[in-house]
Amino acid sequence: MAERTPWSLAGALRGLRGRKTIDDSTWEDLEEALLVADFGPDITEALMAQMRAQVAKYSTTDPEDLNRMLREALEERLAKHDTTLKLSDRPAVVLVVGVNGVGKTTTIGKLAKFVANSGRSVVVGAADTFRAAAVDQLATWAERAGVDIVRPQMEGQDPSAVAYQTVEWAIAHGTEIVIIDTAGRLQTKSGLMDELSKIRRVIEKQAPIAEVLLVLDATTGQNGLAQAEAFLEHAGVTGLVLTKLDGSAKGGFVLAVQERTGIPVKLVGNGEGIGDLAGFTPHAFAAALIG
Amino acid sequence: MATFGTLSSRLTETFKNLRTKGKLSPADIDGTVREIRRALLEADVSLNVVKAFTGAVRERALGDEVNRALNPAQQVVQIVNEELVAILGGNQRRLQFAKKPPTVIMLAGLQGAGKTTLAGKLAKYLAKDKHTPLLVACDLQRPNAVTQLEVVAKNAGVAVFSPEPGNGVGDPVKVAKASIKYAIDKQHDIVIIDTAGRLGVDAELMKQASDIRKATNPDEVLFVIDAMTGQDAVATALAFQEGVDFTGVVLSKLDGDARGGAALSVVSETHRPILFASTGENLDDFEPFYPDRMASRILDLGDILTLIEQA
Ligand SMILES: Nc1nc2c(ncn2[C@@H]2O[C@H](COP(=O)(O)OP(=O)(O)OP(=O)(O)O)[C@@H](O)[C@H]2O)c(=O)[nH]1
Ligand SMILES: Nc1nc2c(ncn2[C@@H]2O[C@H](COP(=O)(O)OP(=O)(O)OP(=O)(O)O)[C@@H](O)[C@H]2O)c(=O)[nH]1
Ligand SMILES: [Mg+2]
Ligand SMILES: [Mg+2]
Repeated sequence: MAERTPWSLAGALRGLRGRKTIDDSTWEDLEEALLVADFGPDITEALMAQMRAQVAKYSTTDPEDLNRMLREALEERLAKHDTTLKLSDRPAVVLVVGVNGVGKTTTIGKLAKFVANSGRSVVVGAADTFRAAAVDQLATWAERAGVDIVRPQMEGQDPSAVAYQTVEWAIAHGTEIVIIDTAGRLQTKSGLMDELSKIRRVIEKQAPIAEVLLVLDATTGQNGLAQAEAFLEHAGVTGLVLTKLDGSAKGGFVLAVQERTGIPVKLVGNGEGIGDLAGFTPHAFAAALIG
Repeated sequence: MATFGTLSSRLTETFKNLRTKGKLSPADIDGTVREIRRALLEADVSLNVVKAFTGAVRERALGDEVNRALNPAQQVVQIVNEELVAILGGNQRRLQFAKKPPTVIMLAGLQGAGKTTLAGKLAKYLAKDKHTPLLVACDLQRPNAVTQLEVVAKNAGVAVFSPEPGNGVGDPVKVAKASIKYAIDKQHDIVIIDTAGRLGVDAELMKQASDIRKATNPDEVLFVIDAMTGQDAVATALAFQEGVDFTGVVLSKLDGDARGGAALSVVSETHRPILFASTGENLDDFEPFYPDRMASRILDLGDILTLIEQA
């Protein structure tokens, strides 16, 4: 693979590190680093105030201290929620939702492989019946992961029917985990958001939904918040997946999302390969962010 | 959306305060500029661009044109709007066609930005104008990208050149090269090359894009960027500019509620114009880019202008 920039604020914070004492420009650099990492003006302001208070309280002048305090503050804020996937129901139904092109189908391929590797049987449901070749794309991932797939019975079939049939198939075959792909949709399209609520209701006629995963793209900016709020309302999101962390984007907006909605990040995607998926660990995440 | 509602009202409040005063002091202007800075950041305008922009606005706002104005507040809003439109539309232009066909248009951008969909939109739009576009499947990486382009071509009612199956099989540079010969043989006057999504930091894939460019000598290289992109927009755009160099920008997914600050950032940092806006998943959801609409969208200025007029 080509060289990759690790996900880290380190570059932006380098200036801060080189300094001998905390002064005005240290604070400016810190603010810049946070804004450029997409934390957004609100969280940035809050973190700045928190850091100023701590620096005053411990009357330190060492930028290294500031750096450590920032990492701890981030870690503490990120670690407020339980980040484990709940897959103990049988079948455990996972519904994957999000706006267009964020990485839902790819994440499903990776997750299916991950779960199958731990010895569980998996079926994926191709309930994106809208987007060109979406079913074929999921089928390719199912093949790579070595799991079963339930396809629509005809072109453009109602997605909730496909979701229903997938769960039905899993119950009939004793399959343990069901992962359902859905079409990308912008959170402002009320018809499409209602369709998600319907998919949920239809699934729940047969089995409770174990997880509703909202996939967010790390390159996204402040719109990520609007996405999370709308998908929470219409689809009852239980966990976030942050994808494309292998790029140069920092994805800092997820902190605001997590704090605003109370929904934790559960998985992170860091590549297009089937193994490029990891669980979310606040400690590692905060450490990687600070560098 | 809640955040933008309060943001808009905050700015409106500031401007209202300015209005009742008549004359603006430097402190008034600093306060306003702070709110504008915040609004731009909320809209995902990149920090560097925000700094340059607020600097320019501040300078003009302190000048004579504002103090002589009947309504200084309105004048400040006017300045903000003008400066935004100037950056967004400074070098507005249309698609460039080759003197000798085929015209070659290459698409590039991050994963999931909307390239393949745009290929279909462009083809349909050009076919309406009696052109005979050919779509070329050079994304041989992403699972079933070739199938996707074939479906898109069918929906657009245009031809597709997809000699390789993809999913990791085939050489995109060879396909791109072969497509030009194919287009000449079959008398297609436009070639639209779909490429795999790639990260700015992925040197290997960036080189591949540059090789596709060298092999086909396109008249346009369009960089497709998602309107929801955050602060990373500039780093990514600069990486693509350095890696493949693009001639124009297409802003996608503008049908959502993202403010689209990425537009301002990319144009201001790369000096490449935005040619089109992509506004939906259907092949007709596509229009020329309007800088003035984008300016009011980024800062929510449409609302503010009306509110100030009513006040
Ligand atoms: N670099 C990188 N690319 C990714 C990652 N996850 C997904 N992608 C790429 O992003 C693009 C979109 O991924 P999809 O899985 O098709 O996204 P989606 O959300 O299913 O898209 P729609 O169904 O069209 O809404 C593809 O090119 C993927 O290969 C990731 O973690 N890193
Ligand atoms: N709402 C909306 N969706 C769009 C728009 N353009 C593309 N999409 C959707 O975004 C997703 C990704 O679009 P693609 O055209 O596959 O993007 P791409 O850049 O080719 O993606 P890769 O090939 O994986 O890099 C699909 O679900 C499209 O339907 C747009 O303007 N608005
Ligand atoms: Mg998908
Ligand atoms: Mg594509």
